Amino acid sequence: MQNSLTNRRNFLKKMAAAAAMTAAASMFPGIIFASEQDANLPKGGNLDWKKGPCRFCGVGCGILVGVDQGKAVAVKGDPNCEVNKGLLCVKGYHQIMCTQAKDRLTHALVKKNGRYVQTPLNEALDIVANKMKETIEKHGKDSVAMYTSGQSTIPEGYVASKLMKGAIGTNNLDCNARLCMASAVAGFLTTFGADEPMGCYEDIEYADYFITWGNNMAEMHPVLFSRMLEQKNRRGAKIIDFATRTTRSSTASNKSILFEPQTDLAVANAICYEIINNGWVNKSFVENHVNFSKGLTNMGYGVEDKYKFNDKPTKIDYEAYKKFLEDYTPEKVAKYSKVSVKDIKYLAAIYGDPNKKVVSYWCMGMNQHTRGTWMNNLVYNIHLLTGKISQPGNGPFSLTGQPSACGTAREVGTFTHKLPKGVVMNEKHRRLAAKIWKVPYENIPAKPTYHATEMFRAVDRGDIKFIWTQVTNPLVSLPKTSRYRPGMQKDSCFVVVSDVFPTPTSDVADVILPASWHIEKSGLYGNSERRTQHWDKMVEGPGETTPDAWMTIEIAKRMGYGDLFPYSEENHVEEIYKEYTQFHEGSKHGMAPLEVLKKESGVIWPYVEGKSTQWRFNAKYDPACSNDKDFHFYGKPDGKAVIWQRPYEPAAESPDAEYPFWLNTGRVIEHWHTGSMTRRIPVLHKAMPEAYVEFHPDDAKKLGVRNGEKIKVSSRRGSCILPASINERGLPTRGQVFVPFFDENMLINDVTLDAFCPISKEPDYKKCAVKVEKA
Amino acid sequence: MPIKSYLAHPEEGQKEALIAALSKIDHCEVIPSENKDLLIVVTDTENKTDDEKVKESIETIESLKLLAMVSGFNTPKNN
Repeated sequence: MQNSLTNRRNFLKKMAAAAAMTAAASMFPGIIFASEQDANLPKGGNLDWKKGPCRFCGVGCGILVGVDQGKAVAVKGDPNCEVNKGLLCVKGYHQIMCTQAKDRLTHALVKKNGRYVQTPLNEALDIVANKMKETIEKHGKDSVAMYTSGQSTIPEGYVASKLMKGAIGTNNLDCNARLCMASAVAGFLTTFGADEPMGCYEDIEYADYFITWGNNMAEMHPVLFSRMLEQKNRRGAKIIDFATRTTRSSTASNKSILFEPQTDLAVANAICYEIINNGWVNKSFVENHVNFSKGLTNMGYGVEDKYKFNDKPTKIDYEAYKKFLEDYTPEKVAKYSKVSVKDIKYLAAIYGDPNKKVVSYWCMGMNQHTRGTWMNNLVYNIHLLTGKISQPGNGPFSLTGQPSACGTAREVGTFTHKLPKGVVMNEKHRRLAAKIWKVPYENIPAKPTYHATEMFRAVDRGDIKFIWTQVTNPLVSLPKTSRYRPGMQKDSCFVVVSDVFPTPTSDVADVILPASWHIEKSGLYGNSERRTQHWDKMVEGPGETTPDAWMTIEIAKRMGYGDLFPYSEENHVEEIYKEYTQFHEGSKHGMAPLEVLKKESGVIWPYVEGKSTQWRFNAKYDPACSNDKDFHFYGKPDGKAVIWQRPYEPAAESPDAEYPFWLNTGRVIEHWHTGSMTRRIPVLHKAMPEAYVEFHPDDAKKLGVRNGEKIKVSSRRGSCILPASINERGLPTRGQVFVPFFDENMLINDVTLDAFCPISKEPDYKKCAVKVEKA
Repeated sequence: MPIKSYLAHPEEGQKEALIAALSKIDHCEVIPSENKDLLIVVTDTENKTDDEKVKESIETIESLKLLAMVSGFNTPKNN
């Protein structure tokens, strides 16, 4: 006995050393290769390795979690996963350490007389259900709301949608993917009539050029970026970084091109102008597979409450589109984009060369944009004009930020306008949902209600009187938290927060529900490349922690909807997934059965007759193509994609005499979103302990600002004090400052503006006007 | 019975001095790192009080610039 205990102690000591060795080796560039991970593992351990997806970003790396005597003690990249082939980034490698945080929420907390009182979970769930019922009885079903997440699992999103839309009968359900992916969704739907990228990560193996649009992949999608770097080194593939700030991605790329914020709209049009002007259009592709349309312009920016906008598409012809582009010659655009004529022509020539394969990648730079839908349309225009789409190594590819923004938010449909298949506005889609959910068709309202920003405005106005947030931290991540924090604190709204750790959002809750973390429950995610990933529960969670899906089911039962939620606690994930997949039956979105997902490290949909479809809309790869042509954009009734005429329009707020700097916000490699998990991982927290404000050295010199000096960043909404950072992680252009948003002690979203894209309703976190002064 | 691992960042040019100083501390093991700028330190103590004492001793070393904890395990007594 003593011998085995000593062995165990030695083993743990080796594990501790191994973790430190790996951390040391991975300080830069943030990638840990499979061979290093294995070399650092102690010999003689008897770990049980369990497969699953990483908890963090939308790349969807496969992980293996080493479990020893019921505890998760190690993580390594899954070498059998096609996404990461054994690689992991620093966040992924250290993820399980957050579960050891001392302030873990282990029991329900109910606010009584201004203090949180530990309460048995059953009692807390009774309080939540009674409050929800009572609010509906008193103020109507549209007085209650749920705000969920692109980090919710597929079953969690599904039962939330079923409860709100099917059982209660309100569309007051939206999610934080509205803040990161809505423009991509609107872009896909307007251009192709079908959401999500047509290609897959295997494009990386074939592309000659990777053009990244406002996307710092080296920090935000490091595993994919390292796969691109491998292709750059091995076969000379080229990476072109097109951005407003010099980052780690820029320095690792073959060429970095900087543009003035918001002018990406004009540059994309200039690229199309050049493609047409030089005769680089793929004429047969355009003739066979493309229509041309224009929409409304001067739409506004949604900064006022209850803003409404509906686009009105009008068909145009090729000649009209060509005429429109005359305003976007490289010479004209160079004047305000600050991109040289030479660089615009260089980009156009890459896309225009019929012998070069090109993948465009983007994420928040294009999506968090007051013209985000337009920007997505414009990049599709480039690929459609040249016919570089839906083929290995050729295609536009919108990356997601969250692990199940695609799988849950977009596919299950946890947006106000969505259903698991289609949208609430469509009668056929409502009838299908009602049939599968076994609810009267009339239960599901035909009109969307509140998108994320408007939902929190409604809380502030007192229109929403009950809100339940799951797996998200809106009081750090929403824009203009300077309005929404006091709004959530008002007595007019009862706030329920389900989470794993305390956050600034749980600080304003009336009831806090203790959620299971990732590996403490079974679940399914869906990543950026349409890959559905399943995992089984690996370890027990502490105290009364419970999966969010099960807490939603318990609330539904308490509200009298038990017959609609007949799932068992032990097996609810499987039961829900089987029910959910009925929505997607068929060759356009068929999903792999659970038994396949259990064996594989993720499976791409459409999954047809035992095979994944890697490139949609291409008849060579996609069995859903049925028009007897080489491509079939079957999301649109006539099978054709749309090239949209979308102009350049200025940002909602631009620098002026009083607020002379652009403010750009974003992320860093060490931290996941609002930092509620990664700031509890010691090595990540120590590596990046606090936020900062980045200056261009010329601006810093002009203002007499030194590195580390406290700076007050203020806008018309609020202010935030942070240390200055000059020539450290990133380098903004002159006249711009950059601040990461992970730090709850330095809330930069008190400063940002809640302007959004009128079509997608996604806010713009990349552009507002600020002033900076020494604090 | 806490076991912890740290990354120890030396002051510029003082890596050898840091190794020497760390080596003198009981319950503290120094391991060279592939990353030449850093040292890996593993502490193995009997209880929380001893653990804190060891950490305090490490943090007083002048050649140490930054000590960053990577992982911590707490094993039952006699393990």
